[in-house]
Amino acid sequence: MGRKILLVTTDQQRYDTLGCNGGTLARTPVVDGVAAAGIRYERAHPQSVVCMPSRSTILTGQYPSTHGVWMNGVPLPVDAPSVAALLQRAGYRTALVGKAHFEPYLDFFGRFTENSLAASGRETKQQPWFDGTTGPHRGFEHLEFATHGTAGTLHYARWLAEAHPEAVGMYYSALNGELEVNAAGGGDTGAPQVHNNPITREWYHTDWVADRTIAWLDSLDADADWFCWMSFPDPHHPWDPPESEMDRIDWREVPLPAGYPEAAAEREQILDAKPRHWRQWYDGTLVSNYEAPKDWVPATLTSDQVREVNARNAVECELIDEALGRVLERISARGWDADTDLVFTTDHGELQGDFGLLFKGPYHVDALMRLPLIWRPAPSAGVGPAVVTAPVGLVDLAPTFCSVAGLDAPEWMQGSSLPVDDTDAQTRGFERVITEWDSELFGVGVHLRTITRDGWVCTAYGPGFVHDGTEGELYRLADDPLQRENLWDVRTHRAVRDDLVADLRDHRATVHEPRLALEAPV
Amino acid sequence: MWARIEDPGCIQDWFPGITASTVNGTSRIVTLGSGFTMPEEIVTSDPLLRRFQYRIDFPVFRHHLSTIDVIDLGDETSLVVYATDADPRTLALVIGAATGDALLELRDQMELGGGVPVPADPVRSDSKGDHA
Repeated sequence: MGRKILLVTTDQQRYDTLGCNGGTLARTPVVDGVAAAGIRYERAHPQSVVCMPSRSTILTGQYPSTHGVWMNGVPLPVDAPSVAALLQRAGYRTALVGKAHFEPYLDFFGRFTENSLAASGRETKQQPWFDGTTGPHRGFEHLEFATHGTAGTLHYARWLAEAHPEAVGMYYSALNGELEVNAAGGGDTGAPQVHNNPITREWYHTDWVADRTIAWLDSLDADADWFCWMSFPDPHHPWDPPESEMDRIDWREVPLPAGYPEAAAEREQILDAKPRHWRQWYDGTLVSNYEAPKDWVPATLTSDQVREVNARNAVECELIDEALGRVLERISARGWDADTDLVFTTDHGELQGDFGLLFKGPYHVDALMRLPLIWRPAPSAGVGPAVVTAPVGLVDLAPTFCSVAGLDAPEWMQGSSLPVDDTDAQTRGFERVITEWDSELFGVGVHLRTITRDGWVCTAYGPGFVHDGTEGELYRLADDPLQRENLWDVRTHRAVRDDLVADLRDHRATVHEPRLALEAPV
Repeated sequence: MWARIEDPGCIQDWFPGITASTVNGTSRIVTLGSGFTMPEEIVTSDPLLRRFQYRIDFPVFRHHLSTIDVIDLGDETSLVVYATDADPRTLALVIGAATGDALLELRDQMELGGGVPVPADPVRSDSKGDHA
């Protein structure tokens, strides 16, 4: 019997929303406890700040350039490399419960397995694999899907429609009638994507994901080795947690985030020092990506709206923490605790008021790039608690799972098994982490490459709709933790900038050929 | 090729994601893989031009017109042009991607000897994206 692996991901969760990372709003005692017993990473970045590319990186251990999912709406080929497939072939029982999003959601034709599996009544589907063999879909023997509400044909939506049809219409509609991200506001402040949801807590998707995870774990033999990816759709917007839970935090008492300059003039001065699309989005003259509502103008965001969004986000984080606690109790009751590795992370962050912005997009700052990442190795492995300050990435997760399972990481994986402390990180060369952005939608293209190294965050822009390829951003984290002062054009930092850009170019990932087609906006 | 295109009741044989269709005069109702049914109006079926056009008549569309042209290249091959004009833009993207798949399916069927239908399995193998 070997080590079991529980991968817990949330969606769009900031680093500072956990108590163990200094967060003061949400109470997250379960995750904090896991962090105290394990390894907490202080500089973990995604390789993309949107869902599909980032999640594909977690599964493949490859950069978006290489696995080919270069933006949301581009499906990961069904025969793409998969760490779940490696583990399944090695004898692991494998499951993914919750949000997958390797394939587009907008799929009226039902062309993608994620959208058609629930109706088929099957646990998985046999598919071609990257190594020329066949096996369960992306390596998962068991799949149960959910997303941010009840639209679509996923397992959660079907379950709710059958078991509690009166609740189907209680969620906020994430998309509007034109299938654009909905800008409609609600709650007390009219903030976009905020909604009072009367749903019973036990029917909410967070608890459903935990319930279904527990059900799958209960189906396993006591001596099974398993890999379970439990993937919560929250705290991604819409911010519509069950109303019954909203009295946990009074939004009126929520302090404004450090990243939110309350004075409009200060916000605008900061934005004006960044490449042009920042201010254009703020003013509502250019919405460069699908993930932000095209009919919402960030300049209209009020302080109270920032408070309410943060309060609701915190409630969602607390519900996740409690749901995780239930799953961990079940693992303990099964007698697996000593042999179970737990990784807790997310796919990317959320602006959540920083710079007067919400949601996400081509903005490579800590709000979107600095992620919660905690690895508690199985206690039986004898790895002590630690805090790692060296830069790591989600690209390092797949090799970590291989290491836990006693497998050699294959050559197609581009990361390395996570360091267990800073000494290990230094020994094994964890110097830099790279994040990519590419989007080309409805005539607007944006292309960024970011390197984080030696306490600097450096973003080089490629030619696009409003960029000529000479723009960039440069921040020194120690002096400017909120990334307010763009040093890209400061002469005294030119040598640092040029060195970082050269390093970025030296570490470009292999590009998937041919380029994969965009099939849907999301 | 034109024989397949002009028969409105066999679209499910070559359009991945359409599982059934019923035709009544110039009205066609297609059933999608997601379970949705979509009414369509056939507006052109011209054997001389080898042009087939239809509109989706569904509330979420402000406008839709698909045009399929089969151009005889004179060497026992043909060029098929499948154009979709749709509003809103989000749906244009989704429809456009699906019609791209349909073109590939048509090509594969004809090059394999013709008439190989789309598998009936509602959970399609979607090893997609290896075409641009």
